[in-house]
Amino acid sequence: MSLLFDGLLCLLLAGGALAAVASPAPRAAVLAFMGYGLLLGLAWARLKAPDVALTEIAIGSGISGIVLLRAAAGARPADAATAGPGATGRALAAAVSVAVALALAAMVLALPEPAPSQAADAAAALPATGLGNPVTGVLLAFRALDTLLEKIVLLLALVGVWALARDPKWRGRPAPLFEGAAPAPSAFLARILVPIGVLVGIYLLWTGADAPGGAFQSGATLAAMGLLALMGGIAPLPDAGSRRLRAVLLAGPFGLLAVGFLGWASAGAFLAFPPGIEKLVIKTVEVAITASIALTLILVVLGPPAGEERP
Amino acid sequence: MSLLLDAGTVVLVAAGLLFFAAGTLGLVRLPDGLSRIHALTKADNVGLALIVLGLLPQAPSLLAAVKMAAVWLLAQFASGAVAQVMAEAAMAEAPMAEAAMAEAAEQEAQR
Repeated sequence: MSLLFDGLLCLLLAGGALAAVASPAPRAAVLAFMGYGLLLGLAWARLKAPDVALTEIAIGSGISGIVLLRAAAGARPADAATAGPGATGRALAAAVSVAVALALAAMVLALPEPAPSQAADAAAALPATGLGNPVTGVLLAFRALDTLLEKIVLLLALVGVWALARDPKWRGRPAPLFEGAAPAPSAFLARILVPIGVLVGIYLLWTGADAPGGAFQSGATLAAMGLLALMGGIAPLPDAGSRRLRAVLLAGPFGLLAVGFLGWASAGAFLAFPPGIEKLVIKTVEVAITASIALTLILVVLGPPAGEERP
Repeated sequence: MSLLLDAGTVVLVAAGLLFFAAGTLGLVRLPDGLSRIHALTKADNVGLALIVLGLLPQAPSLLAAVKMAAVWLLAQFASGAVAQVMAEAAMAEAPMAEAAMAEAAEQEAQR
């Protein structure tokens, strides 16, 4: 039975991926990509990786999807000069993709049984961090450097989006999401769903220490709620020039960096946590990271500032 | 007793699946956006309700049962409100699409 389900899921995944690359219209391609992301989340859940499933659905499908949808809505129809790669280019891309997929499949199938893994070492060292969720332990204790760089990459993505603004405009607010008053159903949805969603987001962060969840899933949920509030017209658009906004953006990466440098003083190594209060420090820095992730994602979706012109 | 509950689960979940199938059929077969949204939201809400109702007796704890009911309530609420938002967007797009279709027909006639 489960083999039937998994086989069906794999077929649907292949179909979704094909629809995403083969659709001629940008919007149809993006919708196929979002559906594909949801199915991929289901596949991760089947592989018993709920943390990855949550992130895939929230970031890979949800937030990326809305960024792409807005891009597709704003895109001018392609003409001959700006059209994508020709038939040869497409065939080449397809051939390279198939070769990469086949090579990966061959590698996975060639792994010895049981596959080499550091999971046992990570699980054995987990009690020292005071955390119950091995994924959070790996992300914030054993591989904290990767997490730090990830946060900086996210910040750079926002800098890239902001860099698209014209000079005189770039301190203002992003372009409004709707003309005039917000549509009534959106406003209603925002008023009811945002409080519940914010609660879920905070819960995901809190429970991330011991169960699936954590900063990225929580940040994505909070970002979705922020966007919902903006779409419902119950929150003002953020001002890119505001100092408070920039402080929240920087809190995550620089908080983690500060903890990293403190590690030399308290535990003798960069990004080592002071012994005894590891969990407290990890959770505190996760709160800052979550706030930064949520705000960065919202601002990436909203696009570059297009507010009031300045002389 | 447990046999009776299991039978209830099978019947209710099967009925829920039937609603999902009907909604999907509507999504694929109905001619325009508004009737597709209509078919989908009605069928999904009732279908999900029946599936949750069918699974409630199988819940390992009261908390799990409450969570399932909460999932249904939230999905019901979101799907209803999103249907309205999408319908409004479809209505706003419809005149544009009609104009485009009229233009295409005109070009066809000229040829």
